[in-house]
Formats: sequence, structure tokens, C-alpha cells
Amino acid sequence: MEVKKGEYFVILGPTGAGKTLLLELIAGFHFPDEGKILIDGEDMTFSPPEERNIGFIYQDYMLFPHLTVEKNIAFGLRARQRGRFKRERREGREKREEIERKVREVLKMLGIEHLAKRRPATLSGGEQQKVAIARALAIEPRILLLDEPLSALDMRTKEHLREDLRRLNRENGITMVHVTHDQTEAAMLADRIAVMMRGRIVQIGTPREIFSRPASAEIAEFVGVENIFSGVVVRNKGGLAEIKIASADLAGSAGSASLAGSAGSATFSGSETIFAVSKYGEGTAVNVFVRPEDIILAKSIQDFGGSSSARNVIRCEIERITSVGSGLVRVRMRNGLVALVTAHAVEELGLREGDEVFAIFKATAAHTIKA
Amino acid sequence: MFAVLALRRLKGEKIFILSLLLGIFLVAFVCITLGNMFYTQAKDISALIEAAKDINVLEAIWISISAASTATLIAFIFGTPLAYFLARKEFFGKSIIEGIVDVPLMIPHIVAGIALYAVFMRYGVLGAPLQRLGLAFQDAFAGIVVAMLFVSFPLFVDAAKEGFKQVDPRFEWVARSLGASQLRTFFEVSFPLASPSIISGAIMCWGRAISEFSAVLVLASFPRSAPVLIYERFTSYGLKAAMPVAVLLISICLLIFVLLRLLGTKAGSSKK
Repeated sequence: MEVKKGEYFVILGPTGAGKTLLLELIAGFHFPDEGKILIDGEDMTFSPPEERNIGFIYQDYMLFPHLTVEKNIAFGLRARQRGRFKRERREGREKREEIERKVREVLKMLGIEHLAKRRPATLSGGEQQKVAIARALAIEPRILLLDEPLSALDMRTKEHLREDLRRLNRENGITMVHVTHDQTEAAMLADRIAVMMRGRIVQIGTPREIFSRPASAEIAEFVGVENIFSGVVVRNKGGLAEIKIASADLAGSAGSASLAGSAGSATFSGSETIFAVSKYGEGTAVNVFVRPEDIILAKSIQDFGGSSSARNVIRCEIERITSVGSGLVRVRMRNGLVALVTAHAVEELGLREGDEVFAIFKATAAHTIKA
Repeated sequence: MFAVLALRRLKGEKIFILSLLLGIFLVAFVCITLGNMFYTQAKDISALIEAAKDINVLEAIWISISAASTATLIAFIFGTPLAYFLARKEFFGKSIIEGIVDVPLMIPHIVAGIALYAVFMRYGVLGAPLQRLGLAFQDAFAGIVVAMLFVSFPLFVDAAKEGFKQVDPRFEWVARSLGASQLRTFFEVSFPLASPSIISGAIMCWGRAISEFSAVLVLASFPRSAPVLIYERFTSYGLKAAMPVAVLLISICLLIFVLLRLLGTKAGSSKK
């Protein structure tokens, strides 16, 4: 795994995948049994944390409870001063002033000047996390490691802090490695995402690549691709593949319990064929992924203009309509297809459970991988 | 109406009422024993004043306090690193070391005294060479300190170890990622965060040390520490002669104990 300088790199994976441990290995809190950790080309595998110049931010902040906010932030600066510039210790006052200036600077950068004299226990979660970020930034780290930094925060604070993190990365050019299990967080922040499962990095790519073209059924399921089908390519004309769906319920064919219910037992009314942009040739067994938000719903084909560029039009019966918050609604069909549409659209179309609708998606929205 | 509500509330607190009724027995046990002594002595205040003026009594109390403080300081200097090591590291034989640390708490103190005597007496394994270097233990201040240290340091080590265990190691990792050396991390993060337990352990250690009698009597009955003096007065002159000294010792100890506890609480609250 390689992280580029100045990149916002997110490690995305389910709980227990080993994400935190990986981050702690990079920071030098543990030493690996095998493998190497190179920072700027320098082998730092067995260097102690104090020599790595890496900032670390935990989900639960880990602010020193016995120190005020400003002393927390000054901690690293003071430690570095004594550790590195022994000869300059005589210039105590000058150094102290420099530390104070730097502390004020990071406090301002994060808009928390008013908290300087407070103890961590008196701060809200969001404030504590900002102090933790300020403390890490004060040492001007070459990498900032963030372990689920937004998980313990409420929605509003999360949004603000997410913006702060992106801004810090953009404006200061700090390389950031951010661990999370939250796909939205990953999608919104990352330049690139590494998906980690059971201690292994299973896919690295841009958010678009990860969410639209997951490398396996397991990744697809984890990143929220609810429409997963297995089939065989029956024709491929210049990259447009016609795939005969063998079993819409991939869980059954893959024998993976974790996928159960992801697609149900779909038999598409009038069509058991999906068109997808794919490199696979005739006879190749493939898995097809379609993200729910890529599916458009229409009451009738005429409503949709009679014809369109979309290659896939599937007649379905609505089984359940569930609100998922943020004005979005998850519409599950009886054949197993799942679409994510706005509540406004559902209202406008007058969609009810039991109604017949057409699920429409483009061939480019259907992603295939070899089964 | 009010009575019904109060009764309902009491019903909800049943377990706590029962706990209090049973637990109060132990509190009463201490209060009756010490209270009786203070009450009896209060009726003969002149004897107490007499004891407070007695140079032998004051000297014995001073020896007890200074020896207990020295023993606590030694326990602190050597026990803190041991506690930190035991709290942070897992290794083969760790439970054996932990068991050895706690042995002094298990054995009768007269046995501890005899064992210490065999080692630190004039002709003992350590006593002889150290005496040649000018450090005598048998019937000497150092002997009192050694006896007190032996029986009290496990209380310090155990408390400090629990204190360090409660400090999330991630505080230390973060400190080091910020550039602090291991030593600096210990002194500026681990130690201050564990200090409420360390202070509490030191107080328990000091209290246990000052109250030690048997081991001190065997190894160093001279110079007289307060418990030895009290015992001597009790066996030679009876309760009336021993009690004023006992009340004086307890009063001073309680005062120091309360002051140290207050200090510990203050240190603890400043960590929050």
C-alpha cells in the first residue's frame, strides 16, 4: 500500500478488520512481524514513534486530562524542543514565546482560541476532537493519522469537522490517512480509498472506483451495492455485454451468508438479461453490481419518454418503501432489486407498496467482475 | 400521601439500606474501639498533657514518623518503577513476581521480624557486611526502617500498579507520537495520571509502616519507636501509663492521615 504526499487516503473496512492496528503500526506504536514501513523513502519500520513525526488522532481524542487545552497543544512542541535542541535550551524565553505563538496559531486555525485555558473534561466531543487535531498539527507532522475521528460525534459536528479536515488537507498539504467504517465519510473525504477486510487490503482506488466497481461481491456488499447478480455473458458487442442472469440471488450461488437478502430471488419480469459495459467475452461467468442510487424509477415507459439511452428497463413490483433519512427513500422490489430515490420523487410519482414500476439503469451503471 | 411516596422510595432503595445496616457494623467497630479510648483519656486530660511533654514519648513518636516516612520514600523510589513494569508488561513468570511482592502481606509479622533479623542482624548475611560499611540494622534506626519497609511496600506497589493499569496506554503512545521520549512520557503523562493511586498507595504504605510492631520489636527494639514504647509501658505500668501515649500517637497519625488524604483528593480532582 502506498500513500502519496499530500493525499487524503481513507482506509475503509468493517469493525475488526485491523484498521486501527494498521494505523498504529504506521505510527510506530507496535512493530510488525513482517513487512516494511517507508516514510519519504526512509525505512522507519522499527523507529520509535517519537522519531517519525506523525500526528495521531484517536476516536476518543486521548487528550491529556491533567493539562489545559493550550498545554495539551504545547506538549509536542515542548517535547521536541528539549529532545532536539538541547544546546538551545538556554534560550528558554525565546523558545517559550515561539511555542506560545505556535499554540495560538493552531488554536486560531481550528477556531478554538476561546478554549485555551479549559480542561479537556469540560469540552464537548467536537471541541475535544478539534483540540486533538490542533495538538497533532502543532508539531507540523509529515503525516496525520486519524482513527475513526468522527465516529463519536453528532451529525452536525461531524459535518463541520469533516469540512475542517478536508480544508486542512487542501490548504496545508498534510498527508492524511484516515480510518473509518463509514462509507459516506470515506466517499466525501478521500482522494483514494483502501478497503480493508480481515486484516488485508482488498482494493485500492478512487471513491468512484470503489463504490462503482467493487472488486468482489464482499466489497460490493460492504460498500452498499445492494443489487448483486450472477450471470453469464451471452454476447459482447464492442464492450456492451448482454448478461443472462443465472440467479439474481448471488448469496445462493456464492454460498456466502453475509450476502443473504442482498438481492432476493429476482426473476426479472419480461427480461432476465442485463446490459452492462464490460470487457468480458461470451461465456464468461460474471457478477453484476448496480448501485441503488443509479436506478431510476418510472410508473410507465411512456412517462420516461417512451425510449431512452438507458439499456436496462425492468418491470418490477414494489415490495417495501422505507425512509433512510436525509430525504432519501429505499424502494425494494419483489424481484430483489433495490433503488434509492428521493422522498420527493416517491411522492410525485405516487408510489405505493404493491405498485408496478419500471426500474431503469444505464449499462455504464452495471459493473461486472469475473465470478 | 407524602408518607406513601417516602415508603415507596425506601422500597426502591432496599438493597442499599440492607448494605448500610450490615456495613455500618465495621464502622461502628472502629468508632467504639477508638472512641472509647479517646473518651477514657479525655477524663484524664492531665495524663495526656504529661505524655505530650515527655521527651521519651515525643522521641518515640518522631522515630516512628520519620522511619515510616523513610520506608515509604524507599517504597516509592523502588516500587514505582516495579509497579509500572508490572502494569505494562506481560511476560512469563509475571504472576510469580507479583506473588513474591505480596508475600510480606501474607506472613505473620513476627515471622517477618525473625526472617529480617536473620538477614540484617550483626552477623546476618547482609547485616554483617553493611555494618562494616557503617550501616547497622540491629537495634538501629535503619533496622526499624527495614522492618517497616518489608511489611508495607506491597501495599504501595499494588496500589501504584492498579493506578498505572488504569492509564490507557494510548495516552503514552500519543505523547510519544508528539515527540516525547519514553522517560518524558512517563514523568509527564503516565505518572501524573496514575498519581491519585500512587498517593493513595503511599498513604496506605505509610500507615501500615507506622503501625508495625512485631517485626520492629524483633529487629530493632531500640531506639524505641512509638508502638514499642506503648507496649513497654503497658507491660510494665499497665493501661493507665500506655493509653496517653497511644492516644497521642493515634491523634498525630490521624491528623497526618487526613492531611495526606486531602492532598490525594486534590491531586485526583486536578486530573479530571
